[in-house]
Amino acid sequence: MTIEEKERELIDSFAIYEDWMEKYEYIIELGKDLPLIADDYKTEENIIKGCQSMVWLHAEKKDDKVVFTADADAIIAKGIIALLIDVLSNETPEAIMNAKLEFINAIGLQEHLSPTRSNGLVAMVKQMKMYAIALNMKQ
Amino acid sequence: MMMKFSVNDIRAQFPILQTKIGKYPLVYFDNGATSQKPQVVIDCINQYYSAENANIHRGVHHLSQVSTTNYENARKTIQAYLNAEKSEEIIFTKGTTDGINLIAQSFGRMLKAGDEILITEMEHHSNIVPWQMVAQERGLVVKYIPMNEAGELKLEGLDDLLTDRTKIVSLTHVSNALGTINPIEKIIEAAHQKGAKVVIDAAQSLQHFKVDVQALDCDFMVFSGHKIFGPTGVGILYGKEDLLNAMPPYQGGGDMIKTVSMKETTYNDLPHKFEAGTPNIVGGIGLGKAIEWLSSLDLEAIQAHENDLLAYATTALEAIPNLKIYGTAAQKSSTISFLIEGTHPYDIGTLLNQQGIAVRTGHHCTQPIMDFFEIPGTIRASFSFYNTHGEIDQFINALKKALAMLS
Repeated sequence: MTIEEKERELIDSFAIYEDWMEKYEYIIELGKDLPLIADDYKTEENIIKGCQSMVWLHAEKKDDKVVFTADADAIIAKGIIALLIDVLSNETPEAIMNAKLEFINAIGLQEHLSPTRSNGLVAMVKQMKMYAIALNMKQ
Repeated sequence: MMMKFSVNDIRAQFPILQTKIGKYPLVYFDNGATSQKPQVVIDCINQYYSAENANIHRGVHHLSQVSTTNYENARKTIQAYLNAEKSEEIIFTKGTTDGINLIAQSFGRMLKAGDEILITEMEHHSNIVPWQMVAQERGLVVKYIPMNEAGELKLEGLDDLLTDRTKIVSLTHVSNALGTINPIEKIIEAAHQKGAKVVIDAAQSLQHFKVDVQALDCDFMVFSGHKIFGPTGVGILYGKEDLLNAMPPYQGGGDMIKTVSMKETTYNDLPHKFEAGTPNIVGGIGLGKAIEWLSSLDLEAIQAHENDLLAYATTALEAIPNLKIYGTAAQKSSTISFLIEGTHPYDIGTLLNQQGIAVRTGHHCTQPIMDFFEIPGTIRASFSFYNTHGEIDQFINALKKALAMLS
């Protein structure tokens, strides 16, 4: 599945829920399936800066694809990073770098998680793209 | 002057309280961060830009005279509210932070290496960092009055902390993170016995109760307009006249000078000496209006209502399993900081927001307090007298729903 196809699936899944409290329940559920970061990578330098909660993110390359793992100490932050990993993990660095991630707006995440320092959604996306750039240069 | 206090009459004056967040009515419990504005203040700002706008203190023309009069009348309203002796002792600033920086940078310039500044463990960053900055520049020592588990200052050791080198004692009247009301009268008296000057950070107190700077005998008092029903970007520094006269100017520019030549400048008299540049004119006038409005209310009834809200919310929160309140001082303003074991404040804050409840989560710019309790932050509900018992019920129900989702 391409990134756009995965985004489309997520938009459809979220469309089922009318109430934002239900959407949050879904985000919380997604967090439970988050590919967890290995304890060795849960270091200070892997913390995404700009989040009110602690979010750790790791990336490595497997067969030309970037694989992300993460964890967070807040349940909603965990769900949001899971959402982003769902879309961006197992993709090539180029695809990640070029991803427009329009689903964020389509779902309405942007307005419900305004891009302030408190939620770090923007910081998460930026960090994932930075990893993709770094891993792309390594090859 | 006893009037009947009606929360509904008060609420009717705040248009923003009619806001809906999605399908939920707004419950605004973030008053510690900023208060909402009554219609009279909004109208006053509108009136200023619609009919009065002109620069102050320099024009001979009609509008300049109108705006100068209104600005200076606002100063007098604030003087009367604080019971300052003279209006010259009322300096307009950008806010509390600006006021403390002014004192630190101006009064601080008169201090010598080894002189001591005494603050407390429960200060907002804005009453820590400016002192650390001037301490670093001038080789001063910053000391801290410790606090106990309840969030009360430990004053047993105060006499040892106050030395002959203590020049400034700067402390908050009410803790923004914990709600503690500090016994400032006692501390002012002890500091004065050692010859130290006292700065009171009143950012979290004046919106809850009246103070009298002459009765308190504090040397300086600072507060922000936006937390006391006025506009943002304006605040007040009260200082005793002799001290302000002795202090060097903080910023140079227009309005603060008497004469300027290529060689030297002589400075203007108080209060203008500390008000360089075109000030926040509408801010000052709006703040004057806010304080005039506040003065027209029954302040005792307001305080009784806020105490009632605090007691009601505290009881309701204490009934929630695994919930811990941080800040259990005997004397508290209407602010409650809490955490629930096993949940992150960010999750709670996010899910409360979805249900129309505005609270603050995080460290509240008081990282030393968070270090003291070894926590990353809290959820803080801070009430104003326009809040109601019904809103607290809504908040508690929303909190229970959030907890059910997160369990």
